[in-house]
Amino acid sequence: MYSFEPSEEQRMLVDAVKRYAANDLRPAMRDADEEAQLNMDLVEKGWELGILQASVPEEYGGFGERSAVTSVLAAEEMAWGDLAASLAVMTPGLYVLPLLLAGTEEQKQELIPPVIEAEWKPYTAALLEWKFDFDANDLQTTAQEDGDAYVINGEKVYVPFADGYEGMIVYAKVDGKTQGFVVPKAAAGVTVGERHKLLGVHALPLYRVKFEGVRVPKENRLGGAAGHDFAPILASMWVANAALAVGMSRAALEYAIDYAKEREAFGVKIGQKQAIAFMLAEMATEVEGVRLLTWEAAWKLDKGKDDFYKHAYLAHNGAVDMAMMVTDRAVQVLGGHGYIREHPVELWMRNGRGFATFAGLAMV
Amino acid sequence: MIDFEMPEVIAKQQYLLKTVADNMMRPVSRYYDEHEHEIPWDYIEFMHTAMKASGAGSLAPSEGGEKKEKKDRPRIGYQMLAFMIEMLSWGDAGMYLVTPGGGLGAAAVEATGTPEQKRRFLERFKKEKPAFAAMAMTEPCCGSDTAAIRTTAVLDKETNEWVLNGEKIFVTAGDKSLTPYEQLEPGFVVVWATIDPKAGRAGIRPFVVEAGTPGVKVTKLEHKMGIRVSDTAAIVLQNARIPFDNILGSPEVITDKKTSKGFKGAMSTFNATRPLVSASAMGVARATLELLKEMLKQEGVEIRYGLPRAKMTNIEREVIDMETMLREAWLLVLKAVWLADQRQPNALTASMSKVKAGEVVTKITQKAVELMGPLGYSRDFLLEKWFRDAKINDIFEGTGQINRLIVARQILGFHGAQLR
Ligand SMILES: Cc1cc2nc3c(=O)[nH]c(=O)nc-3n(C[C@H](O)[C@H](O)[C@H](O)COP(=O)(O)OP(=O)(O)OC[C@H]3O[C@@H](n4cnc5c(N)ncnc54)[C@H](O)[C@@H]3O)c2cc1C
Repeated sequence: MYSFEPSEEQRMLVDAVKRYAANDLRPAMRDADEEAQLNMDLVEKGWELGILQASVPEEYGGFGERSAVTSVLAAEEMAWGDLAASLAVMTPGLYVLPLLLAGTEEQKQELIPPVIEAEWKPYTAALLEWKFDFDANDLQTTAQEDGDAYVINGEKVYVPFADGYEGMIVYAKVDGKTQGFVVPKAAAGVTVGERHKLLGVHALPLYRVKFEGVRVPKENRLGGAAGHDFAPILASMWVANAALAVGMSRAALEYAIDYAKEREAFGVKIGQKQAIAFMLAEMATEVEGVRLLTWEAAWKLDKGKDDFYKHAYLAHNGAVDMAMMVTDRAVQVLGGHGYIREHPVELWMRNGRGFATFAGLAMV
Repeated sequence: MIDFEMPEVIAKQQYLLKTVADNMMRPVSRYYDEHEHEIPWDYIEFMHTAMKASGAGSLAPSEGGEKKEKKDRPRIGYQMLAFMIEMLSWGDAGMYLVTPGGGLGAAAVEATGTPEQKRRFLERFKKEKPAFAAMAMTEPCCGSDTAAIRTTAVLDKETNEWVLNGEKIFVTAGDKSLTPYEQLEPGFVVVWATIDPKAGRAGIRPFVVEAGTPGVKVTKLEHKMGIRVSDTAAIVLQNARIPFDNILGSPEVITDKKTSKGFKGAMSTFNATRPLVSASAMGVARATLELLKEMLKQEGVEIRYGLPRAKMTNIEREVIDMETMLREAWLLVLKAVWLADQRQPNALTASMSKVKAGEVVTKITQKAVELMGPLGYSRDFLLEKWFRDAKINDIFEGTGQINRLIVARQILGFHGAQLR
């Protein structure tokens, strides 16, 4: 039975995240971006909202079960506040969710509770590589069997909080397929390189990481000896990326709407001009449409529908273009003022282009 | 709880209509495209019989959807309609418009009529023979600017009749609603006219004009780019007299020239019917995308999902973008009809769905013809026909621009005078 209505529980969570996004993240957004520095107390506060904890069953230290739909609703609201901080809050999910989705029973029991039961810590994952046509299903990084170990070689980029990481899932190619490996803290052969300087998300610490002959025991392969299916993990990354894009784009849309109701030109509010009004109408339509695409894809993930992979991809595909279109137009609506860093729209526009690259930086 | 599971009754209905589309529509699609103004009687009679048997009687968005729905069950009437219309339009969007049962005319009666009027005007759709109804708003002077229509309705106090004068154009199914074909029950047209030309939109009211009313004439059938099997009629009203209580709605409110309730009635009709027009567009778009993928497959081209854009072929990129926009538009339609079923305000979502659907169906059909090259442009395939059929969806039930205006007014909180 079709329904577009979140449950009571989801609504309560969304309300809490909304307050956090509006009262904590948004006021800190500009300074964090200028200083390339997140306020980690705020990240901890976001962690304590318990979005990830609620996705993990009690036996592994959490208090709920995974719902991509719920996480999507939360991610949307959070990204409305600030994208960089949202990605930081969600970073430990990059470690926990693959374990939850694809880990063996032992892996889950051993590795999830220390993350979930503690304060926010830099548990992370390394997927992206330095290639213009980076393909998560065709990695350059390799993992080779050697006795009772896998040896990982390669270089990863855009790894959140790699500096001082507590634990990391590294994706590497095995028999032509993408497989995850748990790499423990300070493992030999792991070199954290320089922090990226990017077009957007300045506040989020993302690093290059080299893996040179990194030996991990065979038990550290996600899913054990048999390995795992990467599709649900990648699909979750796509959906998360789409949800964040929707939330942040909605922020840009709302800002532009408010501005268009106030600013006057030629004796009327600029919003009374069709050239502006139509842009806004199209922006609103796209935000709502991609939002529904994302909800449906998340729902398919939760239900394990046959076509979850395709729908997650379509949501991501739609979100990439929607975010660029909406954030670009938000700057346009503000004219020259949009170009000035006193308004947030230029920040959103720089972040907006990022969704074409960010799949892999968050999961739901 | 957010849920995207299709109710079983809808799945069943969809399955049935797929058979209709495959067997009754697709095989004659090309024929009727090439024989404009011929009437597909087989289809009309089949659909009438089938709908009567299922107790539906009408494809109009009826409150009647509820009649069969038990009180304790969730309402899904509009959702069901959206799926049915999508599937029939997947078969042939023009023929869908030739489905008997009242279309936009019955929808207007449903949205604005009193219970007595609903009974009086809608019972014909359950009779032995099929019947049609139409809705006439547009005039030569004005389409988008509905408040400027010039057809007048003057009350003749002596006979207690309304006297209508004016000209309506582009009336979908106007011919089948008014012309006395022996295969059909007499139909009606809901004519929008002003009771006070100086009052602008406040003066506009809907009137039911029955087939056979003296002074009402179908003067022209248009020759069109697409949806050719659907008749588009011009109607002249010359001192056409209709009974007083053929004015839709309760007479006290409706004859009070100071309120614009009558006009608002028209607008509420559109909130109900807009997502359904969008649903029809979705059917054409899906048909196109499916055929395109099938033709590509025959040429050895399979679409791979999940690649980075830098690794896709151009065709993959185009097809995946088309699939994305189609799904997006469809979910907007679904949300709009779901809101209608929930009796929640849906004007914003309805217009969003229309904006998106009109754009998506034109883009997809245009791209498909482009991508298939000489094959796409050829009348050997239906792609070129769907290209022609598609365009109307960005025009009727409010053009793309008009629906953008409605969305913009809603999100900006402006009224019509502030943003026109
Ligand atoms: C096949 C077919 C079937 C139809 N069926 C019916 C029917 O059953 N009943 C019925 O009543 N009508 C019907 N119509 C009419 C249809 O609804 C109108 O054609 C439509 O509303 C546009 O009106 P118009 O043609 O007068 O164009 P105009 O209103 O003259 O518009 C011309 C252009 O100007 C734009 N425009 C107009 N106003 C504005 C504005 N304020 N801001 C920005 N742009 C604007 C329009 O978007 C359009 O691009 C049908 C039309 C066709 C072609």
